Amino acid sequence: MSDVAQSQVSHGHGSGHDGETRRDFLTLTATALGAVGAICAIWPFIDSLNPAKDTLALSTTDVDLSPVQVGQRLTIAWQGKPVFIDHRPQAEIDAAQKVDVSTLRDPQTDAQRVQKPEWLIVVGVCTHLGCIPLGQKQGDDRGPFGGWFCPCHGSVYDTSARIRQGPAPANLLVPPYKFTSDTAITIG
Amino acid sequence: MPVTGTGRVSRIIRWIDYRLPFVATLEHELHEYPTPRNLNYWWNFGSLAGIVLVIMIVSGIVLAMHYTPESTMAFDSVERIMRDVNYGWLLRYIHMNGASMFFVIVYIHIFRGLYYGSYKYPRELLWMLGVVILLLMMATAFMGYVLPWGQMSYWGATVITNLFSAIPVFGQKIVTLLWGGFTVGNPTLNRFFSLHYLLPFVIVAVVGLHLVALHQHGSNNPLGIDHKGPQDSIPFHPYYTIKDLFGLTVFLLIFAVFVFFYPNALGDPQNYIPANPLQTPPDIVPEWYFLPFYAILRSMTFNVLGIPSKLIGVTLMFSSLLLLFVLPWLDTSRVRSATFRPIYKKIFWLLVVDVLTLGYVGAHPPAGPIVIVGQIATFYYFFHFLILIPLVGKIERPRPLPTSIGAPVLAPSAAGDE
Amino acid sequence: MRQSLYALAAAGVLSLAPGLAGLSRADCPETPSPPHQQWSFEGPLGTYDEAALQRGFQVYKEACSACHALKHVAYRDLGDIGYSADQVKGIAAQFQVTDGPNDQGQMYQRPAKPSDMFAAPFPNDQAARVANNGALPPDMSLLVKAREGGPDYVYGIATGFKDAPAGCTLNANMYYNEYFPGHQIAMPPPLTADGQLTYADGTKATIQQMAHDVTTFLAWASEPNLDERHRMGAKVILFLLVAAGIFYAAKRRIWAKIH
Repeated sequence: MSDVAQSQVSHGHGSGHDGETRRDFLTLTATALGAVGAICAIWPFIDSLNPAKDTLALSTTDVDLSPVQVGQRLTIAWQGKPVFIDHRPQAEIDAAQKVDVSTLRDPQTDAQRVQKPEWLIVVGVCTHLGCIPLGQKQGDDRGPFGGWFCPCHGSVYDTSARIRQGPAPANLLVPPYKFTSDTAITIG
Repeated sequence: MPVTGTGRVSRIIRWIDYRLPFVATLEHELHEYPTPRNLNYWWNFGSLAGIVLVIMIVSGIVLAMHYTPESTMAFDSVERIMRDVNYGWLLRYIHMNGASMFFVIVYIHIFRGLYYGSYKYPRELLWMLGVVILLLMMATAFMGYVLPWGQMSYWGATVITNLFSAIPVFGQKIVTLLWGGFTVGNPTLNRFFSLHYLLPFVIVAVVGLHLVALHQHGSNNPLGIDHKGPQDSIPFHPYYTIKDLFGLTVFLLIFAVFVFFYPNALGDPQNYIPANPLQTPPDIVPEWYFLPFYAILRSMTFNVLGIPSKLIGVTLMFSSLLLLFVLPWLDTSRVRSATFRPIYKKIFWLLVVDVLTLGYVGAHPPAGPIVIVGQIATFYYFFHFLILIPLVGKIERPRPLPTSIGAPVLAPSAAGDE
Repeated sequence: MRQSLYALAAAGVLSLAPGLAGLSRADCPETPSPPHQQWSFEGPLGTYDEAALQRGFQVYKEACSACHALKHVAYRDLGDIGYSADQVKGIAAQFQVTDGPNDQGQMYQRPAKPSDMFAAPFPNDQAARVANNGALPPDMSLLVKAREGGPDYVYGIATGFKDAPAGCTLNANMYYNEYFPGHQIAMPPPLTADGQLTYADGTKATIQQMAHDVTTFLAWASEPNLDERHRMGAKVILFLLVAAGIFYAAKRRIWAKIH
């Protein structure tokens, strides 16, 4: 019984070689079009998960540095993360510059990490597992190098926010920033 | 055939199939499952409905990543989707117009069933599962429309949830339970969001049952006669896969015209005004796909035997849907397809006109001649199903049926094959 | 059923919002539909005219923003109507927005940034009503989409102020408008004279011109993605037409076997 159906289905009317080629071309084109269409259709769904325009608009933050006295430290928010701004006194700058870079776990000179030596600007997120190191407020433990100390697992940062002791693998990240005037910066 | 080959892919497939017969089932349903050879384009709408369901679920899930279901933030979150989310406007318009498309497709699918007798033996359960899907769709759409929290969202929700107060004794308590408060408000919005997310997956499950029931006896066909042998059938793949794909492309064209060029044509401008509980819009109108039922609801303008008109109206509205469940038993004809039923064919078109009239009535304020037109149309709707259909089945003389599906199309030498 | 619906509706209409369309007195005429205007953005291939958008923004700023908020539009969105990033910063800085609390716990005013939404003229609805004889000037972010007739309606309102015809008496503090439902609108005519403001690009600022431009701007505010939507739509339709043709040919080829 099924043979009858099969034979009626597979024998076309005078298809021959020409018909086969035409059908293959059509099938190929149709499949290709379908695939292209499906991929183009999927893209908006995926891209909608990317940051939206209002989120992207908040990717930069302007900071007025004039109220920050020498020796004072300021914490501001940038892209939802804390940023440490340290108006370094000369003692801190000297301590940072005198360090032998080859002894550092993450070797960087102080000059590589600042644009103006009296302003150190770093992201206040410990590079170990993400806690916020202490050292910004009066009375905080700044650790043995006078920089920052992370209470979670004991990472110690120096006055250039470089890792000196403890489990963190890298120095505190320096975010992209530029001076828009002598007393103002834009981060991001 | 992958299952019978000797290559590595075939061996992997056989390994899986032995434990979970996935590929074998697919092959059976696509290649061996007999589909009538004579299906016309009215049979495209089932698979089309399934595809639109998937589109609605995918677009809905992505929209839900950006939507906030809280009464003071919902409207703004939708505007954020429209303006700031990458392609948010596209997703929203797809979801909004997809709902309308879903109902157009399902209504055509239903009327196809009515015309060709697809609800008759042995497909009664298949039909009833379909009515369940329709009810779930209506609940989903109603709750979905509330979510943007516009004026129509809020007031439409108020009017429709207030209907339940018509229930004697417990009515008001039920309404308070639905609302979660003393009016439609934030608790209502939150639970509607939860249920709106849930119900489409219930629909998927019922669609699964719908397909299982379908595959028991296979599709009906325009002639309404059972398939008698293999000459009446063809494999679903490639014949109906390509036909469905073509139909899908045509549908997508129409869908794209709405989404890209007339995205708000089927909506109400008032829903772009944030919900204001202290100001009722001058006219409260549901979305177009609810209009016939809205007309039936409003048709009852007088009390009967002490029963409040509101209660009768609500009962009529629900009955208009529930009587679809018993349609297989209301129809007494032994012939399925209207092709061979001269009287039924005419009253079928009368029903179509009636439903369109009800839709028109529902769209306009109930004043003047609209009221009496709505009442006549409501009366005819019930008259059609409860009186005409049983009667016509009995008194009609159907035209002679062909001997088999293959007979009218095959060459004379092959006709009458058993 | 109908009675309770109408009771509800009546309660709403006669509710606590004075300054809504007042009940028109007996001899006021029917409210006509606004006539159709030509818009650069109408039709499937319409786009916004950038010059009109910028002029319209100027009209909004000078004639409307004192009362009407635009809270869903951000200053950075003005980059889409042809302003550079610096110009946008400059425009934003002209407006004051509330921020805070500062370290003293106080809310304070500061110049707006591009990332801010348009500053609201009033801190809340009650303050807006007090300043406007009890009427609430609606936010205009979605006005064009929220009104039957869309841009034609908004243009009609802006140009439709005239003297009330004989027999039609206005309520207190109301003005006669040809196209506002019921004819009585609480807003005084915002565009009163040709040359009321001077366009930056030198176009003559007649009332019709200002109305046309501000409506174009408000249409953009309601639907900023229209240009992209139309462009994408044209490509999608073209693709689908080709695909439909190919699929149809494939269908005919496959079905040729058994027809």
